[in-house]
Amino acid sequence: MFFAFLESSRSALAAIFANRLRSFLTTLGIIIGVASVIAVVSVTGGMSAFIGDSFASLGANSLTIQSYTPFEDLMKGIRSRLTPADLELIEKRGEGIASITPILAANRSSQIKYGSQTAYSEIMGTTYTYQDVSQTYTEVGRFLAQSDNQTRRRIAVIGEDVRENLNLPENPINEYVEFSGEWFKIVGLLEPMGDIMGQSRDNLVLVPYATMVSILGNQARTDIGIQLSLTPTAEPDAVISQLTTLLRNAHDLSSSEDDDFRIQTAEQLMEQFDQILGTLTMVIGGIVSISLLVGGIGIMNIMLVSVTERTREIGICKAIGAKSHHILMQFLIEALLLSLLGGLVGLATGYGLGMLIANNIPDFPSASVPLWAAGLALGFSAFVGVLFGILPAAKAANLDPIDALRYE
Amino acid sequence: MSLINLTGITKHYEMGSQVVKALDGIDISVSKNDYLAFIGSSGSGKSTMLNILGCLDKPTSGQYHLNGKNVEILDQNELSEIRNLEIGFIFQSFNLLPRANALNNVMQPLIYRNIGFRQRKEMAMDALSRVGLGDRVDHLPNQLSGGQRQRVAIARALVTHPSILLADEPTGNLDSKTTIEIMQLFDELHKEGHTLIVVTHENEIAQHCHRIVEMKDGRIFNDSATEKASLGVAV
Ligand SMILES: Nc1ncnc2c1ncn2[C@@H]1O[C@H](COP(=O)(O)OP(=O)(O)OP(=O)(O)O)[C@@H](O)[C@H]1O
Ligand SMILES: [Mg+2]
Repeated sequence: MFFAFLESSRSALAAIFANRLRSFLTTLGIIIGVASVIAVVSVTGGMSAFIGDSFASLGANSLTIQSYTPFEDLMKGIRSRLTPADLELIEKRGEGIASITPILAANRSSQIKYGSQTAYSEIMGTTYTYQDVSQTYTEVGRFLAQSDNQTRRRIAVIGEDVRENLNLPENPINEYVEFSGEWFKIVGLLEPMGDIMGQSRDNLVLVPYATMVSILGNQARTDIGIQLSLTPTAEPDAVISQLTTLLRNAHDLSSSEDDDFRIQTAEQLMEQFDQILGTLTMVIGGIVSISLLVGGIGIMNIMLVSVTERTREIGICKAIGAKSHHILMQFLIEALLLSLLGGLVGLATGYGLGMLIANNIPDFPSASVPLWAAGLALGFSAFVGVLFGILPAAKAANLDPIDALRYE
Repeated sequence: MSLINLTGITKHYEMGSQVVKALDGIDISVSKNDYLAFIGSSGSGKSTMLNILGCLDKPTSGQYHLNGKNVEILDQNELSEIRNLEIGFIFQSFNLLPRANALNNVMQPLIYRNIGFRQRKEMAMDALSRVGLGDRVDHLPNQLSGGQRQRVAIARALVTHPSILLADEPTGNLDSKTTIEIMQLFDELHKEGHTLIVVTHENEIAQHCHRIVEMKDGRIFNDSATEKASLGVAV
């Protein structure tokens, strides 16, 4: 069987390359199917690797608390909130917490002024721990310090875009900017972080959390986010359940009411993201299986033509001793190699496309094809080849030798 | 015991309402190392006869015993094996694989015996040089002359060292010099112990053989030994 197999593969390749154009057109369905799935997977794969890295930087031992408003409430105009009081409560009563970073954002885009220049930026109140949590470091000057918070200093750390938009000098330290009618001294300039999906991450102003609270006053709308890092010995689940009880009591929730906040580990955040990507992949998978089906039918069609064309050859081979399985193998291998080659071409094309897409979106993570996706794509191509090759191959194998020999 | 034994073999083709009796009741035995020629006019059933002897075609009725085995009960794969191991077939129209060169054509039957490339090539080169075609082995059939194709076809039949050689008009379209060479080769093969069955319509060729069976309308009309046979016995 072994040498027969080798010889079948050799002559199958010879047959495929003898009809290069025909083979190419036949496998176009498979090429397109595989190329599109690989292009998408390579782009999203790069993205999820990138986002995975960002989440990893949060540390496995960290929790995020955010307010959560169910959809029905949102429709009624009710919004859940996390308040500075909640933060204080957690600071006082929370167990197993190593550090706590509040993030208080002003309205998405706030007006900020320097001299006669005006710009719009995101202004967030936070504490010194933010720099570890979000891996944001200063290029010039210093970051927010613990004392800044305690004394509610009017200082700011700004991003590169803000400096540029306000025409601030290269070294903006000790310059003053104005927002919400207050003056802030710039103490630090953040390292440029670039864009993510077309959205600049350098257009932000960080001020001490306590300062932000006092500026916003006791606005009823204040809704903060809280980032916790846990002590090495703390059990995330235990901390979550303790904080849940704490916050539920603080928010006066009866046992029939759902939580109006979400406590998530970095892992959970990542899982959520993966879920979205997974759904996307499923949808694409559906589209691709249709194109693979069409590709498979194309292969079956051309294999049937090829069996008919080579009827006499099949007769000759049978006359000199080929058994059914020899002929079956011959055509099955041909169908298999045809679709596998289509899969390979599709793989290369898809990867090229993915690179093209990723490179044309500024600062987008570069495309990468996970090994499983490449394996799966080739595996599916092979499967399609065998599946749709069986019928023509069986037809060839069952030909009567004398009839096949007489075929004109 | 005879190598080949046919009793009451018929082969009928239904052409619409008409029935063509290509073979119409054949009884014949061929013993080992026979050297036999089927002669007869065109359409008398010689090729049909050879196809049945070569286990390529099945008779409509009658019994065929090869080496004492009833061929009728064998399935296609078992028949393929017999064709591969026992029979060397030289077709009236060569029947070479058009996309394979001479060497690959001759190596082809050995693939079905699962022989490795090196040994296949060695055996095929032996067979090709035996028929005087040691060069030009990398030519495709359509790049060879009729006589050269015939030699490739013979080499392919010889390469498996079959006990029975069946040749349908092996010299049909060859010049007289090549015809003589090929018949000399057949004589040698016979001396080596092969059983040869040749279909021909040329009397000279038939005279090389030891036994001539004349066919007419699907029946055996005459079956006689030649002078060669008595010579052979005397030697
Ligand atoms: N597949 C077929 N279908 C119908 N009739 C057939 C078929 N094969 C052979 N015949 C008929 O059977 C008869 C014998 O044919 P066969 O090929 O055996 O003749 P032959 O003796 O070899 O002739 P030739 O010397 O021309 O090769 C012919 O009348 C032919 O028409
Ligand atoms: Mg004939």
